[in-house]
Amino acid sequence: MADLTTKLAGITLKNPVMTASGTFGYGVEFADFVNLEDIGGIIVKGTTLNPREGNDYPRMVETASGMLNCVGLQNKGVDYFCKNIYPQTKDINTNMIVNVSGSCPEDYAECAARINELDNIPAIELNISCPNVRQGGMAFGVTTDGAASVVKAVREAYKKTLIVKLSPNVTSITDIALAVQDAGADAVSLINTLMGMVIDIEKRKPILSIGTGGMSGPAVKPVAVRCVYQVAKAVNVPIVGLGGIMNAHDAIEFLLAGASAIEIGTANFVDPAITVKVAQGISEWLDNHGCKSVSEIIGQAL
Amino acid sequence: MKKYIKDLTVAAVEYPHSRYVLIKLTDAEPLPEVAPGQFVEVKVEGSPATFLRRPISINYYDKATNQLWLLVAMVGEGTRTLGTLKAGDKLNLVFPLGNGFSPVQKAGEKVLLVGGGVGVAPLLQYGRYLKENGAHPVFLLGARTSADLLELDLFRAISDVYITTEDASEGEKGFVTQHSVLQTDKFDRISVCGPKPMMVSVARYAKQTATPCEVSLENMMACGLGACLCCVEKTVKGNVCVCKEGPVFDINDLTWNL
Repeated sequence: MADLTTKLAGITLKNPVMTASGTFGYGVEFADFVNLEDIGGIIVKGTTLNPREGNDYPRMVETASGMLNCVGLQNKGVDYFCKNIYPQTKDINTNMIVNVSGSCPEDYAECAARINELDNIPAIELNISCPNVRQGGMAFGVTTDGAASVVKAVREAYKKTLIVKLSPNVTSITDIALAVQDAGADAVSLINTLMGMVIDIEKRKPILSIGTGGMSGPAVKPVAVRCVYQVAKAVNVPIVGLGGIMNAHDAIEFLLAGASAIEIGTANFVDPAITVKVAQGISEWLDNHGCKSVSEIIGQAL
Repeated sequence: MKKYIKDLTVAAVEYPHSRYVLIKLTDAEPLPEVAPGQFVEVKVEGSPATFLRRPISINYYDKATNQLWLLVAMVGEGTRTLGTLKAGDKLNLVFPLGNGFSPVQKAGEKVLLVGGGVGVAPLLQYGRYLKENGAHPVFLLGARTSADLLELDLFRAISDVYITTEDASEGEKGFVTQHSVLQTDKFDRISVCGPKPMMVSVARYAKQTATPCEVSLENMMACGLGACLCCVEKTVKGNVCVCKEGPVFDINDLTWNL
């Protein structure tokens, strides 16, 4: 059997499959369907310094081969996470990674500093690309200066592996990737959702409560693969690829495009056991193609 | 309650009406226990435009026959595709999801179960549960016209059924809240499932008469597991997931304008 272990800056994953933030809760919601320890990494719901109620309903609308959401980072805040969620997840033998968001560099840094104190959280994923929050979120991720300012602030406060999640809603994702690399990111993950809109033709109004939402699912996959490929050619740090992965073949495309690991997001809603199936499928594909390890194929399409 | 992902087998498909399909499912193994008011998330095969699972309430669950029934209104491409299932087909379910209706509170309690349209579906299972556990369910079912009244014989086999139709083709004319039984009878509590305007007006009646009342919501869902936070309802405790904290809520926990 091929060796599935993959390295991501300072951390080792038992396989390249992780879960995308906001699609897998805190992992425990899926424990009836999968052995959480068979997943390479679990990136938990976006966490902010202070609690957030998120946007109004409706927050979700389906589209051909995908969906749009405008949840708006609903969460109970970092202190609630540390006190109530972390004790439930800290002994799960996988990489539990917290997705961190905020509305100013100071908030991001303070939130990251509190997570830095948690022994069994080896990394954070910095969300500078949420399209659903007016103040901050994507506002930072769409300019090189904005992205660098948040990453610098967090880098000073956070000592472990720092992954920065990038938005595709930009002119040049490679420029942003280079800026966050220079500012101290240990890895980048991409792509966050694509901003979109669906209109109810009877009501003659957008369906989502804030008008726009982030589009995800298999419809965005070619955009994501392209972004990973371009960023892989530009940066030195490892890349986590995500966007519309529904099966092992999709995941292998991302690995070939230069991703060292992948995240599964929207597919969790269709099949709550998809993560372990993709890990299994990658293993079988490697065996069938005579590959001894997953690291052999990372970036082979470049 | 442990949740499962399973391929169940279609035992039979019936069409109570051109717009509704009743899918009777079974399995080689004993089906997991489900509580009245819980729901399933169904994967729709053969419909490329249907990306997400469809949440469907559990209409009926019977241990003896090892059957689980889904009563589905065919309103979009996904549910219409479900209407093409044939006996022997497989249907993939994630279930049982959510919290159901309240258990029996006291022996002999009189519980009014109000259903509108396809919202009657979970009340069949709940009514049977209440009767088997020492409570006294009474049904009040509303529909546009008599043809839209679903599973009437099954409801009548459990208890008294009061009916309203908008065109007076069966029962009293009008909406459920206009039925005379609400004036002549008193109930210990009320459970409602149906279109939101109907649930709001029943909730108003409950509030006016100081009758405890719970409603089953059907906000649009993605995961069904409380992970994506898409199906939230505003409550006195903030935004909560209908799929996980509901779908049944006490009206006092909601922020409806009653």
